[in-house]
Amino acid sequence: MIRVAFILAAAVSLAACGEKPQTSSGAKLDTPAFQGTSNPYNAPGWTAGDKTSWELHLKARGQNSQNEYNRVN
Amino acid sequence: MARMKFVCDAERCIECNGCVTACKNEHEVPWGVNRRRVVTLNDGVPGEKSISVACMHCSDAPCMAVCPVNCFYRTDEGVVLHDKDVCIGCGYCSYACPFGAPQFPSQGTFGVRGKMDKCTFCAGGPEANGSQAEFEKYGRNRLAEGKLPACAEMCSTKALLAGDGDMVADIFRNRVVQRGKGAEVWGWGTAYGSKQAGQPPVTGVK
Repeated sequence: MIRVAFILAAAVSLAACGEKPQTSSGAKLDTPAFQGTSNPYNAPGWTAGDKTSWELHLKARGQNSQNEYNRVN
Repeated sequence: MARMKFVCDAERCIECNGCVTACKNEHEVPWGVNRRRVVTLNDGVPGEKSISVACMHCSDAPCMAVCPVNCFYRTDEGVVLHDKDVCIGCGYCSYACPFGAPQFPSQGTFGVRGKMDKCTFCAGGPEANGSQAEFEKYGRNRLAEGKLPACAEMCSTKALLAGDGDMVADIFRNRVVQRGKGAEVWGWGTAYGSKQAGQPPVTGVK
């Protein structure tokens, strides 16, 4: 009787050991965009890994492609 | 660098839906999911205005605040992204977003709501930049390729501006000065605060 009770108690107390944690892990860490990609579609004119170069390139690209007042009419 | 921002110039948008098409094509967005859409106010009435709407990558993003599994994160450039491996598709972000940005594919047999999908400012997700895994989950990472969002770069009238906040504000300000009207920046007050939209701050509200 004691043996059965011990087995039951062990089964109940150890049941939670198989539970997967249900707390959120949050989002994974992301690589910054200025690090570039390994694919062949990178725009020319900047150096991957150089943040300043990337920022300057995007600013110039934005002005050239979106601000038509910069163009000679 | 300032924060990445979108501006839609309602004086220029002609409701061509080129931005919607560019986005769908660039990221191979599935049927039924529209990361970007064009909304027309007073449709059919003379003086109607159209604006292109997507995730505005808010300064204080409500979606981030309500997500129960903390799947959102913000990049150094202010782009609000999410991790689809963590998202449970609960839809809270959809209720919280003032722009209707979060989209949910229904591909299951019984139309089960899938993981949330939204505009990434063409910045992909947490997977390796430019990888196949990133493309399949979030679409192309154009920012890491040194490019700006496809919707803005494809806009035929340059109504939709995207990029560094200082740069797009400068372009828009120059236009307003040149034409002498149309200074309304739709959604900027909601996304980036009333001060950003050139309005006085609301007093008495936290």
